[in-house]
Amino acid sequence: MATVASPSYRQRVSYHAGLLAGICCLVSMLLLIGNMESEEIISDHLEADKQFLLGQVLPAALYDNAPLREIEVLDNINGFTKPVEIAPAMLAGQLSAVVLQSSVGGWGDNIQFIIAADKQGNITGVRVISHKETPGLADGIELDKSDWITRFNGHSLQSLSPSQWAVKKDGGEFDQFTGATITPRAMVNGVHRALEVMAEWQQQQLASQPPREQEQQQPPAAAPATAAPTAVEHQQGVNP
Amino acid sequence: MSQSYRQIFGDGLWNNNVAMGQMLALCPLLAVTTTATNGLGMGLASMVVLLLTNVIISSIRGIITPQVRIPVLIVLIATVVTLVDMAINALLHPLYKVLGLFIALIVTNCAILGRAESFAAKNGVRLAAADALAMGLGFTWVLIVIGGMREILGSGTLFSHASLLLGDSFAWLEITVIPNYSGILLSVLPPGAFIALGLLIAFKRVVDRRLKSGNTEQLVVPTL
Repeated sequence: MATVASPSYRQRVSYHAGLLAGICCLVSMLLLIGNMESEEIISDHLEADKQFLLGQVLPAALYDNAPLREIEVLDNINGFTKPVEIAPAMLAGQLSAVVLQSSVGGWGDNIQFIIAADKQGNITGVRVISHKETPGLADGIELDKSDWITRFNGHSLQSLSPSQWAVKKDGGEFDQFTGATITPRAMVNGVHRALEVMAEWQQQQLASQPPREQEQQQPPAAAPATAAPTAVEHQQGVNP
Repeated sequence: MSQSYRQIFGDGLWNNNVAMGQMLALCPLLAVTTTATNGLGMGLASMVVLLLTNVIISSIRGIITPQVRIPVLIVLIATVVTLVDMAINALLHPLYKVLGLFIALIVTNCAILGRAESFAAKNGVRLAAADALAMGLGFTWVLIVIGGMREILGSGTLFSHASLLLGDSFAWLEITVIPNYSGILLSVLPPGAFIALGLLIAFKRVVDRRLKSGNTEQLVVPTL
């Protein structure tokens, strides 16, 4: 069996094992180096992509914080197929808008979308991030294909009654597409549900925020005025 | 095992074309060819990977033994695809947003393993590189033709969004063939891909038969 092209040591099991192990080692090192070199650049790109997407739904004048760094994940919210990611947009320390990202079940698969609304609950923008709906029929939810998605702008829980938050076929306010009702219906329901979740979350945020601000402001204020704590206690006693 | 470059390119582009002769790589072919631009992107990405894997495998063919060649080839191909994926993502991010899906799909492209196993492992580096170019170009043109057929029938455009892939200087490629065209939905859906591929293969068979009856010496026998 031993020839010039395949010497006898190559017939041994140890050679095969060594060859495989050697190649795997080499390849792992290459992948490790490649990953180390590219990881940071790629995450910067992804961050920039997210920032761009945020700019699409939320006007830059509405916030001066980095909402993407303050994301809170809410599990098990009805109406969504993925955990809801929600983040506050702050302007001068005050909550100015809320951003929400999640998915709803469409015709093909999950439709991932991002939505933002100002503190009065008016939608500032909705964008579909990814979907697998039928091309040509139901891809009008993309801004590239149609301006349908912009018709949510300015609407809120107050501007339309719950029954109006539906496609026209179901007696609502929003157009369906010719030959495709399920996709727009899913989107309208998703946006409506998102508004409810955002309003509820905003309530919680506002309810929890004033005390936090007081705590921050108290140390300088509490030193000169010692009577203040008793006044607060008094109020608390009266309220219930 | 010496083959002329002429023969290699003839095989790659027509006789033993990846998609029409070897009938390999049909999964990515059917999946991504909804537009000519997608086909072009997938074809180019496959060609780059094929070139790298063929050259690497051909240059280490001396130390690979037949018993362990398949795992070695698969590990190498997967590595090259992953590295190319990371490199494009880091360096050419706008391109990655268009091509990202396809690059990962290349790992599942059995044509790459097929060429590594049947050609690169048996031939020198230069021949292997030529084979990769020929096979890559052959695969690319089939992808563009099928993508173009489906795009024209399905949405009345050709090479739409090509400037996203190739840069703004290629915006002239984007042609609206039929303005205000509602489109045949079937052509964009998966069955349209099967129909287009079937028509193309039938076309190749007819041409080959004509050639054969005209010149009996030029027998066309597809081999892997």
